[in-house]
Amino acid sequence: MLRFILSKLLYLVPTFLGITIIAFSFVRILPGDPVLLMAGERGVTPERHAELSAQLGYDKPLVLQYFDFLGRLLQGDFGNSLVTKKPVLTEFLSLFPATVELGLCAILIATLIGVPVGVLAAIRRGSWFDQVSMTAALVGFSMPIFWWGLLLIIFFSGMLGWTPVSGRISLLYFFPNVTGFMLIDSLLSGQEGAFASALSHLILPSVVLATIPLAVIARQTRSAMLEVMGEDYVRTARAKGMPPYRVIGIHALRNAMIPVITTIGLQIGVLMAGAILTETIFSWPGIGKWMIDSIARRDYPVVQSGLLLIAALVMIVNLLVDLTYGLINPRIRVK
Amino acid sequence: MTDIPPTAAPVRLSDAAIRRRMIAEFWFYFSQNRGAVIGLVVFLLLVAVAVFASLLAPHDPTVQNRAALLVPPVWQEGGSASYLLGTDAVGRDILSRLIFGAQYSLFIGVVVVSIALVGGIVIGLLAGFFGGWVDSVIMRVMDVILAFPSLLLALVLVAVLGPGLTNAMIAIAIVYQPHFARLTRAAVMSEMQREYVTAARVAGAGNLRLMFKTILPNCLAPLIVQATLSFSSAVLDSAALGFLGMGAQPPAPEWGTMLAEAREFILRAWWVVTFPGLAILISVLAINLMGDGLRDALDPKLKRS
Repeated sequence: MLRFILSKLLYLVPTFLGITIIAFSFVRILPGDPVLLMAGERGVTPERHAELSAQLGYDKPLVLQYFDFLGRLLQGDFGNSLVTKKPVLTEFLSLFPATVELGLCAILIATLIGVPVGVLAAIRRGSWFDQVSMTAALVGFSMPIFWWGLLLIIFFSGMLGWTPVSGRISLLYFFPNVTGFMLIDSLLSGQEGAFASALSHLILPSVVLATIPLAVIARQTRSAMLEVMGEDYVRTARAKGMPPYRVIGIHALRNAMIPVITTIGLQIGVLMAGAILTETIFSWPGIGKWMIDSIARRDYPVVQSGLLLIAALVMIVNLLVDLTYGLINPRIRVK
Repeated sequence: MTDIPPTAAPVRLSDAAIRRRMIAEFWFYFSQNRGAVIGLVVFLLLVAVAVFASLLAPHDPTVQNRAALLVPPVWQEGGSASYLLGTDAVGRDILSRLIFGAQYSLFIGVVVVSIALVGGIVIGLLAGFFGGWVDSVIMRVMDVILAFPSLLLALVLVAVLGPGLTNAMIAIAIVYQPHFARLTRAAVMSEMQREYVTAARVAGAGNLRLMFKTILPNCLAPLIVQATLSFSSAVLDSAALGFLGMGAQPPAPEWGTMLAEAREFILRAWWVVTFPGLAILISVLAINLMGDGLRDALDPKLKRS
């Protein structure tokens, strides 16, 4: 197992370097001059321009600039935002919990509904439940979630007035930021109604973000179950008179879960992309909205380091998925 | 003399006959899947709408009518028969814009899939055929591209290239291309083991002929399925870019861009938001249904069961 982990880790090094090269080169070829941008409306004299360029290292050859960039990264220096002047890493870490909270809720909804639906559809293959749920899954899979979010806002916020339109919590409540997760912090604050407010803000965005992963998980669970239920050991278990719930619960489900867990893990990339759209629609103050706003404001250091941090994060989660896969399926390790 | 069972005389079929049989077999399996046939019909309708857009649309998609701002659809109070699905905030006919929007979506799908497919096939063939360090380098680069969430990478690419439809299509194609490269590579590597490839090589076929004429045609099935899936993702992602203001620019009647313009009216005029999204959903759904059918019909593993 240790060798397996080490080989996977080693494999990440060139990918990570590749990511840094892409993040670096993107920003170097972005239109517009970062120095002029920093100077703002008034502009700068040529002398001041040269001075600033030297200060920021923009006058050196590109290769040297890249190594400077890499060196700073390894020291944990991700640069400062041009707009807020704060370190990018600080901003990232302060917004990150909001996205994690949203993402976790979404993946929880997707798993808790998707897996049982997939299992039931497989057991009752060809039934009306199978047909309806798989049609729904295909619709969910094809859903433009930015539109889906707007529809839910029209219905639940506009027509029924049940949920707020944007943000993480009502402005009436103010409490210290302990964990960064609004649901937990609001409970800790002990203020009446705070938790309910946080929950009502969270529910629509998480449903929207959960839509595509839910569809993927339901479809994947169904096909994994169908495959496993055709295996000899399931037939044997049936033949020796084991009750159906045990056959399905123990023999079939546990083996079918191996590919499903991988699928769930791989949804993290989908969630990050979805978070960009969901956070934009619901004005959710997370990483996705931050990236969109920074692109619009041409805040290069944020775009660069944000891209890098997100890619590194997705890469690490994928590694963890790979390792879990090796853990639950020993056959993978030997390969 | 031992009994040797008489062997059946081999039937010689012409190439055209074989092809006809293959198509017949394909259609047999494809038509088994009701959803796939529905998807195909909807898709063909969509193509027809796009082709005959200028004949079908009752109004010019970009002409603004100050006298008819935010007119609701015909069946709702205040609706007008000349604007069946209502008008938007500057008085443009939504139905006409949706009809012309079909052109955008299909065009985007075709362009993105073509670029990604051709690029991916060439790269995948090179990696699978030559192996060794060529393969390692190419596949590491593909891994790097795949490490980014696709929409995010496309967004930043568009920011680099400048917002607009052409750049959005290029960005999406670049992001999709590794999937094709990986699929091609895997298929090529397994085909390379086959005897017919060795035979062709012994017969003196050059590398290019081996790659494109001998091996590639046998690797197409998974690529066709992936191309269909990418087509629907391209429609979805380009609409998302349009929605975020990075794709087709107003006043283009692109569905995602229409949604972006409609956002501020969502609580006042439901129709400006509902119909463009519905158009996206229906198109993507139809293509995905078709993709499911194609996979069932082209994947021999599923056929046997």
